[in-house]
Amino acid sequence: MRQETLSEEALTRAAVSRFDFEQLAIVPVLAVVVAMILGGGVMLATGVTVPMIGQAYLALFDGSFGSLAAVSETLTAAAPVTLAALGIALGFRAGLFNIGAEGQMIVGGLAAVTAGFSFHGLPLVVHLPLALLAGMLAGAIWAAVPGWLKAATGAHEVITTIMLNLIAVQLTSFLLRNPPLQKPGRHDPISASVLPSAQLPKLLTWIDPGLRLNAGIIITVLMVILVYWLLFRTTLGFEFRASGLNPPAARYAGMRSGLIIVVVMAIAGALAGLAGANQVLGVLGRASPGFTGGAGFNAIAVALLGRSHPVGVLLAGILFGALDAGGRQMQVMAGVRIDLIAIIQSLIIVFVAAPLLMRAAFPWAFGFNARRQGGR
Amino acid sequence: MDIELRGITKRFGSLVANDAINLKIRAGEVLGLLGENGAGKTTLMNTLSGLYRPDEGTIVIDGKETRFEGAGDAIRAGIGMVHQQFMLVPVFTVAENVVLGVEPTGRFDHLDLAKARQQVKAISAEHGLDVDPDAVIEEVPVGIQQRVEIIKVLFRSADVLIFDEPTSVLAPQEVTEFFGIVRSLRDAGKALVFITHKLHEVLEVADRINVLRAGKVVGERDPKSATEAELAEMMVGRAVRFQVEKVPAHPGRPLLETSNLAALDEREEIAVDGVDLAVREGEVVGVAGVQGNGQTELVEALTGLRPPVRGTVSLLGQDITRASARERHRLGIAHIPEDRQRAGMIGEFDIAENMVLDSYYDEPYSHGMIMDWAAVHNVCVKNVIDFDVRTPSIYSLADHLSGGNQQKLIVARELSRDVKLVIAAQPTRGLDVGSIEYIHKRIIAARDAGVGVLIVSTELDEILALSDRILVMFRGRIAGAFAAGEASLSEIGLAMAGATA
Repeated sequence: MRQETLSEEALTRAAVSRFDFEQLAIVPVLAVVVAMILGGGVMLATGVTVPMIGQAYLALFDGSFGSLAAVSETLTAAAPVTLAALGIALGFRAGLFNIGAEGQMIVGGLAAVTAGFSFHGLPLVVHLPLALLAGMLAGAIWAAVPGWLKAATGAHEVITTIMLNLIAVQLTSFLLRNPPLQKPGRHDPISASVLPSAQLPKLLTWIDPGLRLNAGIIITVLMVILVYWLLFRTTLGFEFRASGLNPPAARYAGMRSGLIIVVVMAIAGALAGLAGANQVLGVLGRASPGFTGGAGFNAIAVALLGRSHPVGVLLAGILFGALDAGGRQMQVMAGVRIDLIAIIQSLIIVFVAAPLLMRAAFPWAFGFNARRQGGR
Repeated sequence: MDIELRGITKRFGSLVANDAINLKIRAGEVLGLLGENGAGKTTLMNTLSGLYRPDEGTIVIDGKETRFEGAGDAIRAGIGMVHQQFMLVPVFTVAENVVLGVEPTGRFDHLDLAKARQQVKAISAEHGLDVDPDAVIEEVPVGIQQRVEIIKVLFRSADVLIFDEPTSVLAPQEVTEFFGIVRSLRDAGKALVFITHKLHEVLEVADRINVLRAGKVVGERDPKSATEAELAEMMVGRAVRFQVEKVPAHPGRPLLETSNLAALDEREEIAVDGVDLAVREGEVVGVAGVQGNGQTELVEALTGLRPPVRGTVSLLGQDITRASARERHRLGIAHIPEDRQRAGMIGEFDIAENMVLDSYYDEPYSHGMIMDWAAVHNVCVKNVIDFDVRTPSIYSLADHLSGGNQQKLIVARELSRDVKLVIAAQPTRGLDVGSIEYIHKRIIAARDAGVGVLIVSTELDEILALSDRILVMFRGRIAGAFAAGEASLSEIGLAMAGATA
C-alpha cells in the first residue's frame, strides 16, 4: 500500500514552474514588444512622423497576417528559415555552435537545382523526392566536414563552418557561371530552370493563382515533428542532449562523442540543405547568387529565439517569416525602408539573449523570482 | 570582536531554512557549526556575511545591533568568509588575487604590485601562512589555494573568519596543516566559525560546538566531553552506527585482475606504474592513498575511460584491456565515479533520464533506437523507492537534489542492474552521516550477494570500515597490502606516506 502511494507520488509531474514559464514565454514575448517599440524610436529618429509609424506597423501586420495572401507569404518565408533553424537547434542541443547553415543551404540548393533540371521524363513522385534528397545529402556532407574536423582534430566548428560558408558563396559564383549549371545562352550567373516534375507543388493556386505557398511548409512541419521525435524519443537524441549538457558524463556513460558530433552536424546540414532545396524547388525555380536570402544566418537567431526546441523554432520561424512578408508591405504602403525589419529582428535577439535585461526593465512581469533576492 | 545572532529566521518560499537561531561567536575561539547537508548552515553564514537579509532576528556586533545591506557591509564590519568553492582567478598570481578589488594604487591609478607583494608577505609571516606571492594560482595545490583565500580575508582586515566545509577539498596532511593555521588565527584573537559535517574534525579543532538540524540549533556541546556518537545523533536525529555491520567475506573466483598495468595522466606523465591487483567475487578490496597518487587514473583505466600504456586488465579471465567503457559496462562492471557532479550525472536531466544514463541503449529502456520512456519511468520509480532517493518526483532535475540524494541516485543506477563488479571512487565524499551509512550498507549488501567491489577512497575510515583487503597506493604503485583484520592504522599510514619497509 505504502509502495503504491509512493510510486504514484513519484510519477506525478510538477506543473511548469514559474521560472520555466518566464524563460519560455514571457521573455520572448517581451523581447518582441520592446524591439517593436525601439524600432518605432528608430523610425522617429530618421524623420518618420508618428502617424506614419502607426501606419507602418499596421502595414506590417496587414502584410503578414491580414489576408490569405499575407499568410501565404508569411508561411512561404517561414519555411526555409525554420528548416535551417531546426538543424542549428539540434546542434545547440548537442553543444555545437553551427554557424554554417548558410553554406549548407547554398550547396543543398545547388545540388537540388542540378537534380531538378537534369533528369527529364521522371514522374513528380520520383523526381521531386530525388531533388530534395540531393539537397539534403549535399548539405549533410558540407556540414559533416567541420564535424569530422572537430571530432578528429579539435578544430572549432565556429571557425570551420564560417570558412565553409565563404567557400560555398564562391562556389556558387563559379558553378553558376559555368556549365552544366549555368542556363544555356546566359552570361550572368544563373542556373537552368527546375523542371516542373521537380517543383514543390503550389498549395493554394486553386483559390488564387498568385498565392506562392508551396508544399515546403508541409515538409517543414513534418521536420519539426521529426526533430522533436529524434530529440526526445530516440536513443540518438538522448545521446545528443547528454553530450550537449555534460560531455564528461556522456563519455562516462560510454557514448562516442566523436561519432555524435559528426552525426549531429550531418543531420543539421541535411536540414539546412533541405531549406536550400525548398528555396530553389518551391519558390525560385532556379538558383542565382544570394538565392538563400540570408535565411541561413537568420536561422541562428530563430534557433535562439525558439530556445532550441522544435516547437519554439517553428513559432520563431513563423515570426521571422511574418516580419519578412510584412516588411515588404510596410515598404510599399508606408514607405519605411525594409532595413527596419533587420533592426527589429536584431533587437529581438539581443533581448532574448539578455533575459536579465528584460527582468530589470519589467520587474512586474517576473513575479516570484525577482523578489526573492537572488535565490538560494 | 564578538557577534551574537538573535532569533535569525530565513525562509525561501515555504521552506524555513533557518528557524529562530541564536548563536554566539567570540573572539579567540573556534565555533564548530555541525549539521547535515541542508540543515541550514550555509544559509546562516550567508546571512552573517551579508549575502542574505534575515526575515526575522538581528545581528549584534560587540553589543551593537547591526544591519547588513549587502556583502560589502559585512566585509567592512570585519566578517570574512572562505567559501567551499574557491573564488580565485586561476591565471593571476597569489598577490594579484589577494589584492583583487582593493588594489593598492599609486599615482595615475598605477597598480602597485610591489606593495601588494609586501603586504601578502607580511600577512603570511604573521599567521604562519606559508605562500609564495608570485606563484600562479592554477599551478599551486588546493591546500595553498585555500591559504590564499584566507590571506584574502585577512587582507580585508577581517576579525571574524567563516570557513564553509574547508576540509572537503584537502588531502589528509593538508588538513593537519590547515588545523595548525586555524589554531594560530584563534591564538591571534580572531573569532572563527568552522562549518562542517565531519565529526572528528570539530572534535579536534573546535572550542565549542553548535549542532544544527532542520534549520534549528538543537544543542551546544563542549568538544572535551562530547563523543562522536552523541554529536551524530544530534545531527541526524537518531542513533547512527559507525561500524558497518558485516559478516566475514566468502570470496569466490577471481573477477578482476590486472597485470603490470600502467596509465598516463593529463600531462602525459606516468600516473599508474605497474599495478597488479585482483578482486574476487564477494569481497571488498579497498585502495587507500593520499589524493593524487594515481587512484583517479587507475579507476579510469579499469573502467575503460583511459587507455593503458602497458599491462593487461581481465574480467573472469577474459582480456578487456582494449574494451571500451560501454563494453565493460555490458560485461557487468558498474562504476561510481569520483566526481559525481561532473561525470556521474547530468544536472539538467531529470532523475529518470539520469537513472538510465549508461543503460538507455538496452532493453527494456529502448527498443532499437526508440526510447521506451514508460519502461524507464517504471524502473526509475522502483529504484528511487528501493534506494531511498528523496525527491518529490522522478521528473525533478538531478541538480535539485541534495548531494547525498544525487549520490544515492548514482548508486541506485549502478547497483540496481545485474553487475559482477563495482568500482566505486570516493563513494561518500562530501556526504552527510545518514547517506554515508546507507551507501555503505548497500555496498556490503552487494558484496554479500557475490559482487566484487573495489573501493577507492582517500578517507581511511571508509576503507577500514568496508574493506576485506586493503591496498595502499603511493606514486602510482601498490605500496602495501593488508588483510582487514591485521592492518594497523599506523602501518597503513606509513605506507600512504611512502615509507615501505
